[in-house]
Amino acid sequence: MSIKIENLSVSYGNHDVLKDVSFSALEGDCVAVLGPNGVGKSTLFRCILGFLKAQSGEVFFGDKKMECLSRAETARHVAYIPQFAEPVFNYTVLDTVLMGVTNRLPMLQGPGPEHTKKAMEILEQLGIAHLSHRGTGKISGGERQLALLARALIQDARVLVMDEPTANLDYGNRSRVMERIGELGKQGYTVIFSTHEPNQAFHYANKVIALKNGEILTGGKPKEVLTGKVLSELYGIGVHVGTVSAGENEYLVSLPFEETGKTKERIGQL
Amino acid sequence: MTTEDNRARDKYKKRFAFIGFAFLLVFFSAFLVGRYSVSLEGLFKSLPYLLPFYGREIAGTESTVVILIRLPRILAAGLIGAALSTAGLSYQGMFRNPMVSPDILGASTGAGFGAALSILLGFGYFGITLTAFAFGLSAVLLACLVSRFSRLNGTLALILGGIMISSLFSAGTSFIKLIADTQDQLPAITYWLMGSLTSIRQTDLPFIAIPIGIGLLPLFFLRWRINLLTVGEDEAKSMGIHTGRLRLVVIICATLVTAASVAVSGMIGWVGLVIPHFSRMIFGYDYRRLIPASILMGAIFLIVVDNIARTVLTSEIPLGILTSFVGAPVFIYLILTGGEDREH
Repeated sequence: MSIKIENLSVSYGNHDVLKDVSFSALEGDCVAVLGPNGVGKSTLFRCILGFLKAQSGEVFFGDKKMECLSRAETARHVAYIPQFAEPVFNYTVLDTVLMGVTNRLPMLQGPGPEHTKKAMEILEQLGIAHLSHRGTGKISGGERQLALLARALIQDARVLVMDEPTANLDYGNRSRVMERIGELGKQGYTVIFSTHEPNQAFHYANKVIALKNGEILTGGKPKEVLTGKVLSELYGIGVHVGTVSAGENEYLVSLPFEETGKTKERIGQL
Repeated sequence: MTTEDNRARDKYKKRFAFIGFAFLLVFFSAFLVGRYSVSLEGLFKSLPYLLPFYGREIAGTESTVVILIRLPRILAAGLIGAALSTAGLSYQGMFRNPMVSPDILGASTGAGFGAALSILLGFGYFGITLTAFAFGLSAVLLACLVSRFSRLNGTLALILGGIMISSLFSAGTSFIKLIADTQDQLPAITYWLMGSLTSIRQTDLPFIAIPIGIGLLPLFFLRWRINLLTVGEDEAKSMGIHTGRLRLVVIICATLVTAASVAVSGMIGWVGLVIPHFSRMIFGYDYRRLIPASILMGAIFLIVVDNIARTVLTSEIPLGILTSFVGAPVFIYLILTGGEDREH
C-alpha cells in the first residue's frame, strides 16, 4: 500500500515542529528518515500513526484519507514498532505478538487458536519461533525488537512505521533487525524508519528523507541524496561518504570528521 | 498449536483446578471456624436453607449461626478479597506499575473520611456505609478532575491528583479524630479505619455484591484488552485501542469495587498489592488468566485472614492489621527472591 503525506504542519505553541512536509512512499519502498535529535521525526511519525492531529495537511493510505478512518481501521493500514525499551511486564513473546490481532477482534473477545497458529508462522518466518514461550524481559534486545516486528506483521497493516528500531541495540542485533526490516520492503510492505545512522539508509533503504528544522532538506535515493555535504549540513559535523569493497560487493559508507582529523587518518587506512 | 502451547495450557488448567479446589475447601471450612463450634454434620444440614424452595424458617442454633452469621461474613470476605485484588491488578496494568494499590486514586482514604464524618455526625451503620461509599467515589472523581485540567501528562497528573486528594482526605480524617468524642466516637472511628467484617449481616450483602458485581464484570470481559494498556499509550493506540475509553472503564470499575469494599469493611490494605503479585507468579502476565486467578486468590486470602481474625484472640483482630502482618513479610520475600520475575 502506498502512503502520501501532503503539506503536514505541526506546531506546539509558537514553535513550529513540522513545516509543510510532503513526501510519498510506494508499495515495497523502504524509507529512511534522517535528521538530528528534536528535528521532528517522532512528530512526523505520530502524525502518520494518527496519535497527533496536524494543524494542517493530510495523510493518505492508498486513496483513503487517514482522518476518515476509525482507530481500528487505521491500525489495519499502519503498524508501529517503537524503540527498544525494557518491558514493564514480562509477557511471553507469543502473547506480545497476539496483541497485534486485537483490532480485528470483537470487543469482549481474546485471540483464538487460529491467531496463535498465525503468530507462530510469523515467528517462524522471523526465526524466533523457539522463543515463543519465553518472557520478553528475558530475551535479547534484538529478539524483542523482532517480537515487536512480528506483532506489527500480524496486525496485517501494509505500512510499517519504526521509530529508531535499532536504537540501544548492540552491533549484532542491529544488523539482525535491519536485515529483517530490509526484507519486508522486498515482500511488498511499505516501511518508514527513522535512524541516526546514515549507513543504515545506504544499506537498507531505497528512499531517504533528510529533515532539518522541521522541513525536508532533501529527499530521494540514498546514493544520490546522502552526500557528505548534505550529512554535514544535517548534523553540523564533517562527514565523508565513500565506497568500501567487501568480497565482491562495494558499499557506500559515511564516516564523520573529527576536528582533530583522526577520522581522516582512519579513512586513509581503509 | 505446538506441543509447547498444549503444555502451557495444561499447566494453567491444572493450576486453575487447584485454586478452584482450594477456594471451595476454604469457603466451606470457614463455616466450621469460630467461637461457636459448628460440626460438619450441622453444616450439611444447614446448606439446604440456601436453596430458594427450602423452608424459610431456620431450625436449630447451628443452622442459624451458619446461615445468618457465618454465610454473610464469608461471602463478604470473599467478595471484598476478590474486589480489592482485581482492582489492584487492573490499576497496576493501567498505570504500568506493579507497585500500585487500589487506593492509588484515593478511593480508600475518601471512604475513610466519609465513615469518620458519619460516625462524628452520629449516623447508623447503614448511613456510615453509604457516606463512605459516596466519599470514596468523590475522591476518585476529584483526582480525575485534577488530571483533566492539568497540563501534565495524563497518567502522571492522575497519579499526582490521587496522591493530593488522598492527602487532603487523610488530613480531614485526622481533624475529625481530633474533634471527636474520645469516649465513643474516636474508638469507633479508629476501629472502623482498621478494617473489620464484624458487623456484616445478610441485609448488607446486596450493598457489597451489587456494586462489586457491576464493577468486576466489565473488567472480566475486557481482560484481554487490559493487556494492551500495559504496553504503553502509543503502542496500544497503534494496535487500534481507544486507550482513553478503556482507561475510563477500568477507573470506573476499579473505583466502584474498591469504594464498595472499603465502605463496608473499612480499610483493608495489602490485598490489592500482594494477591496480584502472587497471581502473576503462578499464572504469568496475561490478564485473561490473571483476572479470574486474582478473583479466586483474593477471595481465598481474605476468607482465611478473616478466619484468623475471629479465632486467634478472644476479641476480634481488625483485618487491616492482619493483612499488613501477612502482606509486608510476603512482599519482603518477593523483593528478596525476585518474585514474579521468573519464567512461568
